[in-house]
Amino acid sequence: MQDLRKAFLELIRRTSTDLPPDVQNSLEAAREVEATGSAAQGALITILENVDLARENATPICQDTGTPIFTVHHPAGWSTRELRAQIEEAIALATSKSYLRPNAVDAISGVNSGNNLGDSAFPTIHFEEVEGETLTVDLILKGGGCENVGAQYSLPDSRLGAGRDLEGVRKVVLDAVQKAQGKGCAPGVLGIAIGGDRGSSYAASKEVLLRPMTDENPDPELAALEHTLYTQANQLGIGPMGFGGQTTVLGVKVKGMHRLPASYFVSISYMCWAHRRRRMTLTGGKVTYS
Amino acid sequence: MKDISLPISAGDIRELKVGDPVKLSGTILTGRDAVHKWMIDTFIHPSREPQGDDQQVYDAIHPILDQGAIYHCGPVVAGLDDGDYRFVAAGPTTSIREEPYQADVMRHFHLRAVIGKGGMGAKTLNACREVPAVYLHAIGGAASLIAQSVRKVICVYKLDFGVPEAMWVIEVEGFPAVVTMDAHGGSLHAEVQELSARKLDELLQA
Repeated sequence: MQDLRKAFLELIRRTSTDLPPDVQNSLEAAREVEATGSAAQGALITILENVDLARENATPICQDTGTPIFTVHHPAGWSTRELRAQIEEAIALATSKSYLRPNAVDAISGVNSGNNLGDSAFPTIHFEEVEGETLTVDLILKGGGCENVGAQYSLPDSRLGAGRDLEGVRKVVLDAVQKAQGKGCAPGVLGIAIGGDRGSSYAASKEVLLRPMTDENPDPELAALEHTLYTQANQLGIGPMGFGGQTTVLGVKVKGMHRLPASYFVSISYMCWAHRRRRMTLTGGKVTYS
Repeated sequence: MKDISLPISAGDIRELKVGDPVKLSGTILTGRDAVHKWMIDTFIHPSREPQGDDQQVYDAIHPILDQGAIYHCGPVVAGLDDGDYRFVAAGPTTSIREEPYQADVMRHFHLRAVIGKGGMGAKTLNACREVPAVYLHAIGGAASLIAQSVRKVICVYKLDFGVPEAMWVIEVEGFPAVVTMDAHGGSLHAEVQELSARKLDELLQA
C-alpha cells in the first residue's frame, strides 16, 4: 500500500490553517450585512484578519484544533488498519509541528496523551469502501466550544410544542440555536439529522457539515426547511460572538434518515465559524487537495 | 479604543462600560477548567491538602493575579521540546464552564479582569460589581491574530495538567477585547439572551 503519511500531514496542515473559500465567502458577506462600526461587524473584521494571517503563517486558525474527524472512502483492496496507522502517525507529527494542539485527554485519569492519540475514537475515522480507483479523505476539525452546544431532541417535545413533523423540527432547532447564544463561536453552521438512533443521528449531523456552503438540498422539502431555519435563526439577533446582530448562522444543512416507529430524534451539530474542513483525493497515484 | 495596563486600579476598572473596545498590556495568566478546580479545591474552599508544588505555584501566581487578569485560554505552544516557548495560536475558550468557580476566584485574588468568550452568568456579574472587575470578551477563534499580541512567554506552571490546561504566564501588548460585562451590573450577554428568548417565543408561536 502507498505511503500516504506526508499527504495526510498536508491535509491536516491545510485543514487547521487554511479556511475553505466557501466559508470565507460567507463570512465576508456577513461582514457587509452587519451595521458599520457595530461590535458584530468588528468581530467579523477581526475573524477575517485572523483567517488571512493563519493562512499566511501556516498557524492554526483557532487554538482549539478539536476532534479530528476523518471520513475515508477507499477502493476495494485497501487495508483500513494500515490507513488508520498512517493517519495516526500523521496526527502525532502534525501535533509536534504545532498544526494541532494536544487535545486527547483520558476521561478517567485526566491525563493528556500529548500527541492527539487516544482510543479508537480519537482521532475519529470512518471508513467506507467505494467503487472505482479513487481514494478520498475528508477531514473536519471540530472544536469543543461548538461541540458542547450541540443538542439532541426526542420528539414530541411538549415544552416547545414540537410534534413529530418538520414543523416540530423547526421549533427544536431554533431552541438549540437560542440556547447556544454565542458560546459555539457564532456565526455557526448547523448540521441537522432527523431520524436514526441516538448514535447514528449525531454522526449524520456531522456528516452533513461536509456539504458546500452554497449547495441546494436536492429534496425540495428539506431545501425549504433549510431556508426557513437560516432566516429564522438569524432573526434571533444573537449575532457574531453573541454580541447581537444580523448573522447568527452562516448556513443550515439537513438530512433525513430512517428511524424506529417509536423514535423521532433531531440531532443538531453546531459548527463554529472556523468551519475547518478539507478533502484529499488520490487518483492514479497523484494527490490533490480541495 | 481604551488602553489598559495591568495591574489596574479599582477606579480605572469602574471607568469601563459594556461595549468599550480595549487593548490590554501587561502580564496575564492563562487558566481554564483544571486550574479553576485546583484553585477552589486546594486553596479557596480546601477539600484537599496542597501537594507537590501546589503551595509554591500558588505563591508565584498570587502577585500576578492581584489587580490582574486571568485568561480562559488553552494555547497551541511551540518549543515544547527545548522550553523556548512561543504561542502559536491563543484564542479564548468558552468561559461559562468556570461559572461555578469564577466569582470566588475573583474575590480571593482581587482579579480585575476575566478574559474569555461567550460571557458568564449572574454569579460572576455580581462579583464584577463587588470586587470590582470586568469581563473582557476576546474574539473566539481569532487565535493566530491574538497570538501576535503575546510578546513573551515568561514561564509555565502545572504543565502536568496538559498544554491547554496549564497556567502560562505571558506578557501581552495590545491584546484586543471588548468589555461585555462591567462593574456596574451591565451585561451584553444578559441583554442578548433576553432579546433572543423573546424572539424565540414569537417564532415558536408563528
